[in-house]
Amino acid sequence: MLTLHRKLWRDLAGMKGQVAAIAVVIAAGVMTLMIAVSSLDSIRLSKERFYASAEFADLFVSLTRAPDHLQASLAAIPGVARAETRVVAPLRLAVDGDERPIRGLMISLPDGQQPLLNRLSLVSGRLPDPGRADEVVVSAPFAEAHGLEPGDRFRAIIRGREQALVLSGTALSPEFVYQVAPGDLLPDYERFSVVWMNRRALANAFAMDGAFNSALFSLQRDAVAESVIDAIDQVLARYGGLGAHDRHDVISHRMLSEEIAQLRVTAVVLPALFLGVSAFLLSVLMGRIVATQRQQIAVIKAFGYHDHELALHYALLTLLMVAIGVALGGGLGWWASDAMARLYADYFRFPETVTQVQPRVIGLGLLVSLLAAGLGTWRAVVAAVRLAPAEAMRPPPPPVFRSGWLDRSRLGRWLAQTTRIALRNLLRHRLKSGLTALGMGLSGALLLLGSYQFGAVSHAIDLQYRLVMTMDTHVQFTDPTPLRVREELASLPGVLAIETYRQAPVRLSHGRRHERAALLGLEPDGPLRGLVDRHEQPIRLPEEGLFMTRFLADQLGLRVGDRVGVELLDGDQRELQLALAGVFDEPFGVSAYMAREALNTLLREGPTVSGAWLLTDPEQRDALQRRLWEAPRVAGIGLIGAGEDGISDYLEDTVLSLMAILLLLAGSIAFALVYNNARIAFAERMRELATLRVLGFGRWQVAWVLIAEVVVLTLLSLPLAFAFGTLFAWLLSLAFSMDMLRVPFHVTPFSYAFAAAGVILAASLSVLMIARRLYRLDMVSSLKSVE
Amino acid sequence: MMQDLTTSSAPVFRAEGLTRVYRMGEVTIHALRGVDLSLTAGEMLVMLGASGSGKSTLLNILGGLDRPTSGHLYYHQRDLAAASDRELTAFRRDHVGFVFQFYNMIPSLTALENVAIVTDIADNPMPPDEALALVGLADRRDHFPSQLSGGEQQRVAIARAIAKQPAVLMCDEPTGALDSATGVRVLEVIDRINRELKTTTLIITHNQALGQMADRLIRLKDGQVDEDHANPDRRAPAEIEW
Repeated sequence: MLTLHRKLWRDLAGMKGQVAAIAVVIAAGVMTLMIAVSSLDSIRLSKERFYASAEFADLFVSLTRAPDHLQASLAAIPGVARAETRVVAPLRLAVDGDERPIRGLMISLPDGQQPLLNRLSLVSGRLPDPGRADEVVVSAPFAEAHGLEPGDRFRAIIRGREQALVLSGTALSPEFVYQVAPGDLLPDYERFSVVWMNRRALANAFAMDGAFNSALFSLQRDAVAESVIDAIDQVLARYGGLGAHDRHDVISHRMLSEEIAQLRVTAVVLPALFLGVSAFLLSVLMGRIVATQRQQIAVIKAFGYHDHELALHYALLTLLMVAIGVALGGGLGWWASDAMARLYADYFRFPETVTQVQPRVIGLGLLVSLLAAGLGTWRAVVAAVRLAPAEAMRPPPPPVFRSGWLDRSRLGRWLAQTTRIALRNLLRHRLKSGLTALGMGLSGALLLLGSYQFGAVSHAIDLQYRLVMTMDTHVQFTDPTPLRVREELASLPGVLAIETYRQAPVRLSHGRRHERAALLGLEPDGPLRGLVDRHEQPIRLPEEGLFMTRFLADQLGLRVGDRVGVELLDGDQRELQLALAGVFDEPFGVSAYMAREALNTLLREGPTVSGAWLLTDPEQRDALQRRLWEAPRVAGIGLIGAGEDGISDYLEDTVLSLMAILLLLAGSIAFALVYNNARIAFAERMRELATLRVLGFGRWQVAWVLIAEVVVLTLLSLPLAFAFGTLFAWLLSLAFSMDMLRVPFHVTPFSYAFAAAGVILAASLSVLMIARRLYRLDMVSSLKSVE
Repeated sequence: MMQDLTTSSAPVFRAEGLTRVYRMGEVTIHALRGVDLSLTAGEMLVMLGASGSGKSTLLNILGGLDRPTSGHLYYHQRDLAAASDRELTAFRRDHVGFVFQFYNMIPSLTALENVAIVTDIADNPMPPDEALALVGLADRRDHFPSQLSGGEQQRVAIARAIAKQPAVLMCDEPTGALDSATGVRVLEVIDRINRELKTTTLIITHNQALGQMADRLIRLKDGQVDEDHANPDRRAPAEIEW
């Protein structure tokens, strides 16, 4: 069999172009699979490892204030493995050389020691000395963003008093893998930090001596979380407990889980689409390549080779082509998934990012590609060996043509002879033409999908910042504050517009489903915080009734008019039943809304607000920041514009990088397919084309026979591309509905144009490359040889 | 032994009432309409006939490339008309060498490899180099078909056919695509193989002159044997008037 094997290598070398094109198709599928699966694995494994090594707590509770001795009662609750109390407080920070406000969250450490739960992973330096009241550990990304090192000093406002702090070390915490300020959606390492301080010093600064306002719990293996939560809530009811909750309501964990859920979807949907499309193309291409070797197959059979030997030969050919593709895809996928893991590492801070390429992923890619290619090869080989060798060796009989509608129609008579040849070829091989158009359509659909993703995400950002968040500064108060603060804020320098809000943490429930959310009390005619309906039109908040984002309503299984359980977690912890009066369609976040006055009434308080949004004059922003810095009631100052930049960067870095790669792959697939198709058509028609040349047709006229075919196929493929692309986009928008971002199903005309342009470009390039071959077509030899 | 082979009247092939009907596209063709024929071991048989007379069809059936629609074809005692695909394949592999009008080289293999692809699966082949030397192409062994002239390709094809030392050599218009000087060289090779290796040889052609190099001449017309006579005055190809 040695010589037959040699033929294998020679054939591969001889079909370089086609092999490359097929390899690209396979590689695209495998690469998508690898990127998606290894990003998923990387985040999942890094998370699991960090959570385990840092003893990430299972349950969390915030409260107003409880005496230290209560810890024993908490630890004694059945099912609790460990209980740890701590003090948590907001603060404001200032770093020399940066005038803009920085928000912070202070968390106590047992003096000079690691906590039992949520242990810190030190990146540099050490924990604060037990005796030192001014030493702190800050979160590593914040220190990196400001170039802070152990020994550096910075300022903090703690309960309205400025204090100098010394950095003893930097660290990462499992509680802040995704380090985001309360109320924000994205990490802003410059503007928010977690600061860990010795318990005694922190308690002292916040008047929490001998007391705690936060507790963590780890559970015994067989504990039932719900009953432990109930027990904790009972113990802390008298101390202003805000209700214990599990990891689900820890923002970092939630974001991580969402990202993992999203990647899990990505890891199924995208590779399924890509591998599916490439499998289909591969099967068609392999089939046609083998079909062009029909006469060689006949000769080899005439020598006395058995069918199974030939089958093995072509199986090996397929295997090699697939192996090349899988190796290429595996290599590129490994590189790309490593790069993706690095990108994710900027947003999800783990002490170590686990990157490992699972052999099963490559195995799966290989298997799918092999099956697809094998199917195509198998069909063609079976067709070729089924023919008696004598028959196969003759040029195939003239295919059956009939005069059809084309010839009878006026159009047909008007067409040039060469165009008629092309059209008859297409009509005769309806299945082949149909499959090719379908293949081109599918690759166009992938282009559309990629472009949709770009368009939809930027559309969502635009919607959010043009209609919903039109403010530039966010001021949070330390405690609920009388409404008249609005006048004070309005008198500050550079404030152009102001809108105050009341915010209360609530637990919403409907049937067995429940969600923690922020209930936002807005001013119905507020100038800065917009609300939008499903047609993306601004709407006014009614004076009465409870509203929520559609996503939250769906999560709770609510329809407009349904009654919702609203448990007020702040204050007296009453539970109310309210009717859902309507839903809003915001692309980001999960919130519930009502008019501010109605919320005040619900909370049994006078006109009170939790914070304010400002629209400010950029010229006077520094002066404004200084005045706000001095204001004691201000717990934090956030910059909204920075949020928009952050979201754009984040999406560009993660989602869109992935999409850019996919777009490139979709483009390559489109090209590989069209090129291969034209190349095979050329091989199949060489004799016919040479005959035409002999009969006196010019090069261009002969080329037109092939080009006209490509043109017609391209035109046929475009509607398919649009239809499938729209379907894919719809599937993806369904799959990608998450807390943080809902990708609207919004396919722009640009996306359609882009997909069409991609397919047309691929077709034109292929035609050009084939035209080169046509130009060199040797009339005499192609007529003489039967090959 | 030699005597036995050349003079033995025991036929290698015996065909009885062979017919073959094809559908070519939408046309039905009766290529063979009842052919009776026998071939003796070591014999050089030339089959003449116009285009469409059925001679290629007959050769294909004799060579196990195709099956008759009806009739019997005995190779020694075996009826090839009733043989399975697998049996026909084994028959071709073990007993038949083919030379085609258009050479049918595998374009991706060198001259030597085109021979080796057959010797790889033969029971008792001669070394491919030796086969190439027999047709005078030892120095072209590493050339690809695209680097060989038509005559050279046909000689490689003959080397390929004889390398397995077949019992029967089937040549379908072996000189059809060649100029006459090259044609003579190719025929000399075939003639020599027949004389030296005692390979039963069947040549089909529509070139009357080739008849002079045969032991026996058959003329086919409209799918039937029209003429069948011995040629007592067998000549070497070089001596033939072309």
